[in-house]
Amino acid sequence: MEEIVILSGKGGTGKTSIVGSLAALAKNKVLADCDVDAADLHLLLSPSIKQQTEFWSGQVARIDEEICTKCFLCQDLCRFDAIKDFRVDPVSCEGCGFCSHICPVEAITMEENMSGHWFISDTRYGPLVHARLGIAQENSGKLVAQVRQQAKKIAEEQGLDYIISDGPPGIGCPVISSLSGASLALLVTEPTLSGIHDLERVLGVCRHFGILAAVCINKHDLNEENTRKIEDYCRSQDIEVASRIPFDNAVTEALVRGVPVVEYGDGRVSHEIEKLWQNISRMLEDARKK
Amino acid sequence: MIISVASGKGGTGKTLVATSLALSLKDTESVQLLDCDVEEPNDHVFVKPVITGSEPVHMLVPTVAEDKCTYCGKCAQVCAYKAIAVIADHVLIFPELCHSCGACSYLCPEKAITEEGREMGILELGQSDGLSFVHGILNVGEAMAPPVIRKVKEHASNDGTVIIDVPPGTSCPVVEAIKGSDFCLLVTEPTPFGLNDLVLAVETVRELDIPCGVVLNRVGVGDFKTEEYCAKENIPILLTIPLDTEIARLYSRGVPLVKGLPQWKESFLGLFDRVKELTNGRNRNTER
Repeated sequence: MEEIVILSGKGGTGKTSIVGSLAALAKNKVLADCDVDAADLHLLLSPSIKQQTEFWSGQVARIDEEICTKCFLCQDLCRFDAIKDFRVDPVSCEGCGFCSHICPVEAITMEENMSGHWFISDTRYGPLVHARLGIAQENSGKLVAQVRQQAKKIAEEQGLDYIISDGPPGIGCPVISSLSGASLALLVTEPTLSGIHDLERVLGVCRHFGILAAVCINKHDLNEENTRKIEDYCRSQDIEVASRIPFDNAVTEALVRGVPVVEYGDGRVSHEIEKLWQNISRMLEDARKK
Repeated sequence: MIISVASGKGGTGKTLVATSLALSLKDTESVQLLDCDVEEPNDHVFVKPVITGSEPVHMLVPTVAEDKCTYCGKCAQVCAYKAIAVIADHVLIFPELCHSCGACSYLCPEKAITEEGREMGILELGQSDGLSFVHGILNVGEAMAPPVIRKVKEHASNDGTVIIDVPPGTSCPVVEAIKGSDFCLLVTEPTPFGLNDLVLAVETVRELDIPCGVVLNRVGVGDFKTEEYCAKENIPILLTIPLDTEIARLYSRGVPLVKGLPQWKESFLGLFDRVKELTNGRNRNTER
């Protein structure tokens, strides 16, 4: 079983649209939406939810006003400025529990925190594991780990060949959590200076964790000079450019209709994404042989 | 006044709006641009600041003086993040799991734990033709963005206008970046993805009790559901930017919209006036 995670560094380069299309092209796979704080893949795959599970993670401090003697110790020691006027701001509280250990009158208890939900759904392309982090919650990395674990379980139980994950933007905690141990990271970039800057950083993360990477240049015709820069850069880093997708309003039109772009017309975009999937499959096969 | 520029969905135009707003204001106002998207900071690509200073961002992590340690296990017991383990007569520390709460060192009965700074990123301060600029850069391989964001915000000026470029999403880095703002501009696009993530972003700013307005970018392709949602939720649409290949090409070359197409400056000044009207009478949050 191979796990492919789609990342980009910069947001909005087309990760989810490409994952939606790979969902339609790849056989025998489970899909995972690892962008748990702004999950969008379900909008393309119209899932029917089969199982919904609460995600309990971390704790939040609570001060019992009746017991509190207003000694200020917790307020003084909290490094997250989460206690003001002897009340805990749950958004700022990181759940470390320091206050509960040092309160001289034991007025502070730690309460379990429900920080979101995860779902197992059926789609016309196969099973999908997705999640929704609660508003302003922490622990997105742990929820990502949960989504991946469930996807892996499904893949093993059903003997599936691929896990295809839609990753979050950035390079921090949820990205690291999406990436570790994956077979291949597909990095979707665009020929903008921001896109190039962010690609270099997310490629650094792949290298840091020893993950095989390939690049897809989306909207390559927006700036051919920058596209060449990306190609030169990838060559210098020994990274394969697996696809160059042209700019086409068909991508947004398909999105508005809630279908993957490869199922919307047979244009140049669809053709390039088909080629992308062939290239990824070949790279994974080569990696297996090694 | 602190104005944060957020979005939920990535790539909707936060950086375009934050940089063009800052550059439009700089000739008439004291303005500071803080790039709090420390995982993928991009504002510098557009405003090209002259960097005048930098400082490392450290996070305090424990070190144990083994000669004082009795391996009682108290530190491991109080650590909520499993960043310390005590096995027989060994103490193992996992710095990347540590949130720097300070519980272990404070509670160690032998006072065997001290804290040392671990570098997780850097801050750069600079100027761009009258615009004051600060950004944070999280080191590649580091997971925790909030400590770097907190450091960037410590440099927020006490007067004038502060514009904060916020990372995408709705979780802890976003909350850290927009906390304490007087107003939040939510940049989105009229697509199902844009709307889905706008709704999440609105819930986040409402949770933090920060007034918000929408900038609708790439109008022309997509649908009208975002406008319908904003009308229903009584969220003002303060600026619309069309889907335009000229704008996209300027962006691709790192040219700020108001530099490449100066006629847009009026629109951004108008946006600022609307924000001022909407925050009229509201004092800057004391909590930063």
